[in-house]
Amino acid sequence: MSLEANKEKFEQLKAMVARLKNEKGALMPIMQQAQDIYGYLPEDVQQYIAKELDIPVGDVYGVATFYAQFNLEKKGDYIISLCMGTACYVKGSQKIHEEIEKTLGVGAGKTTEDGKFTFNPTRCLGACGLAPVMMINDEVYGRLTPEDIPGIIAKYR
Amino acid sequence: MDLIRSHVMVCGGTGCSSSGSMDIIKEFEAQIASHGLDKEVKVVRTGCFGLCQAGPVVIIYPEGSFYSRVTVSDVERIVEEHLLKGRVVKDLLYYESIEKETDTLKSLDEVDFYKKQKRVALKNCGMIDPENIDEYLAFDGYKALEKVITSMTPQEVIDEISKSGLRGRGGAGFPTGRKWAFAAASKSDKKYVCCNADEGDPGAFMDRSVLEGDPHVVLEAMAIAGYAIGADQGYIYCRAEYPIAVKRVQIAIDQAKEYGILGKNIFGTDFSFDIEVRLGAGAFVCGEETALMVSIEGNRGEPRPRPPFPAVKGLFGQPTILNNVETYANIPQIINKGADWFASMGTEKSKGTKVFALGGKITNTGLVEVPMGTTLREIIYDIGGGCPNGKKFKAAQTGGPSGGCIPASQLDVKIDYDNLIAIGSMMGSGGMIVMDEDNCMVDIARFFLEFTVDESCGKCAPCRIGTRRMLEILNRIVEGKGEDGDIEKLELLAENIKASALCGLGQTAPNPVLSTLQYFRDEYEAHIYEKRCPAGQCKALLSYKIDPAKCKGCTLCARKCPVGAISGKVKEPHVIDTSKCIKCGVCMENCKFDAISRS
Repeated sequence: MSLEANKEKFEQLKAMVARLKNEKGALMPIMQQAQDIYGYLPEDVQQYIAKELDIPVGDVYGVATFYAQFNLEKKGDYIISLCMGTACYVKGSQKIHEEIEKTLGVGAGKTTEDGKFTFNPTRCLGACGLAPVMMINDEVYGRLTPEDIPGIIAKYR
Repeated sequence: MDLIRSHVMVCGGTGCSSSGSMDIIKEFEAQIASHGLDKEVKVVRTGCFGLCQAGPVVIIYPEGSFYSRVTVSDVERIVEEHLLKGRVVKDLLYYESIEKETDTLKSLDEVDFYKKQKRVALKNCGMIDPENIDEYLAFDGYKALEKVITSMTPQEVIDEISKSGLRGRGGAGFPTGRKWAFAAASKSDKKYVCCNADEGDPGAFMDRSVLEGDPHVVLEAMAIAGYAIGADQGYIYCRAEYPIAVKRVQIAIDQAKEYGILGKNIFGTDFSFDIEVRLGAGAFVCGEETALMVSIEGNRGEPRPRPPFPAVKGLFGQPTILNNVETYANIPQIINKGADWFASMGTEKSKGTKVFALGGKITNTGLVEVPMGTTLREIIYDIGGGCPNGKKFKAAQTGGPSGGCIPASQLDVKIDYDNLIAIGSMMGSGGMIVMDEDNCMVDIARFFLEFTVDESCGKCAPCRIGTRRMLEILNRIVEGKGEDGDIEKLELLAENIKASALCGLGQTAPNPVLSTLQYFRDEYEAHIYEKRCPAGQCKALLSYKIDPAKCKGCTLCARKCPVGAISGKVKEPHVIDTSKCIKCGVCMENCKFDAISRS
């Protein structure tokens, strides 16, 4: 992918980097916002950030691979984040995990072939009162049973 | 000014928001307007009330009527009956808020869930609109900051905090006053005050609730800390997984700046203090103080050896203090009400209260704040209502991946920092997950090790490699391939990791294994030597059998089995082909004749 291919996004990226680059500790905020623009961190974007901040691209890549929230690959339209916290675990999130895999036909961390769904088991969402709980993009589904899963996913197909 | 006669408080915490409280607010506003009550009734979206189990929760003052599991369609009745005609809608109330015998209403603090609680850190949660600084100000907000800046010296502030006995609520319990004193003593033109809101322990949501329900209290406390140590800049490092908290904190910062409470020359003095929010990006290790600061600097969040301690050399190489959200939430009240008031609560070495996030196999899931020294039994049975479905309590896990499992025999231990360590767990940030007889303790230990392995930053070998070896052994054990000597290997690895890992997270990573070995060694032994999971949870060790005497041949199990492992003719006993069986348990759940058993 070339940055010039999408002029509008590239302009956003340029303006954002120019605004933040002189702040202290700017690398992570810049990467977070770059990911908001592109949905993930393509190699070209990482190189651009490195050049603008005058740091080795390895530093950018190092940060990108250290933190769970940075994506190096394009994600699906809908990200299914299943909480893997303790409260959910003791209330059976493992069974929900299996059911989601079965329904989507892909394993944890993977995206369906049609590019619609990414299954992303996540760290504790802090909504333990609703355990077991998952989010599909910003929508929260709580007190889940395995039987609920096919119906919920079908709504997004 | 309008005279408001009733306040409708709708919980806008994460749990209730997720179950639709925002729609409930809209419906209340619409219904109230259509009845022409909008000049006398005010709808307030508050922070967490604590009893998440009963959410979405609505409380109407002045009566203090506690409506639980409210739906949008209930709103019309509440408005017409309660707000218009003044008749409480009893059948929608939380079941416990009616005194059965006399049919009278109980006040909120007489309900079992709240009776033994004491709200200090959560004082304003559920009482004010977190997105409106005026409501915070009306509840004595920023009074402590004003008092500190205009009438106390920095040393007096530190002395007051030290005298209160407040210890860090993030886990290890370091005395807050002493931390501030170290940073104050470091000479530098630039110092920083940081807030750890990277609440990464699975099953903990105290900090989230404070930030969502009362964000200004954290800002006020950070400014007080800044005054005490001589810093003019603060950073709040918050998990990106907490979007509502991030938004409310940002709103609070903007409002405080607009009011001149943050920024340059606060209250007309020469004290200036500013706060910025930085987002985490999903790395558990960033809850460790040195890693957190490296992360704010924009780098990979790897811890570094101490000393030098952050109070000497922290963020951007300058003296820095880092406290957790709940610690800060106590500060303004200590200043306002005095150190002696605070120190009057709690035990000898642990003062004040502690917030716990009660979750797992417990009737009343939610947020609980109790004085230090309350027993586990009081929290789990009196407040939490015990395990649901008549199941037997097995253990409570505290301290997250750094803590341990507390068995029923230790339920009467008074909870404070030192007692929890003495029984092999720790306070941690305050997650408390209850487990019942159906939970396998070996599997729980494995769950935490899996977490630690996943989140280990990889900088030091004991944590990177050692925890992985432990996980491999635990995986073997739950898969029925445990060997004689595995327990001893786990113990040896645990000891070495504790002694040699670089940071607090690595050093405490073996705790879940050690504490389960201490109290539930028999479960490990059953897995290893008898190839049996006493809780009936470890799939590889289970087998399902149909009792031919009880089976009526209804064929339901054969139809439900997802892999076609059950065969048999109609009205004749069925059999399970164990080579095909995936041990999902669907047959047993569906059998109407109790003919299928698990062993």
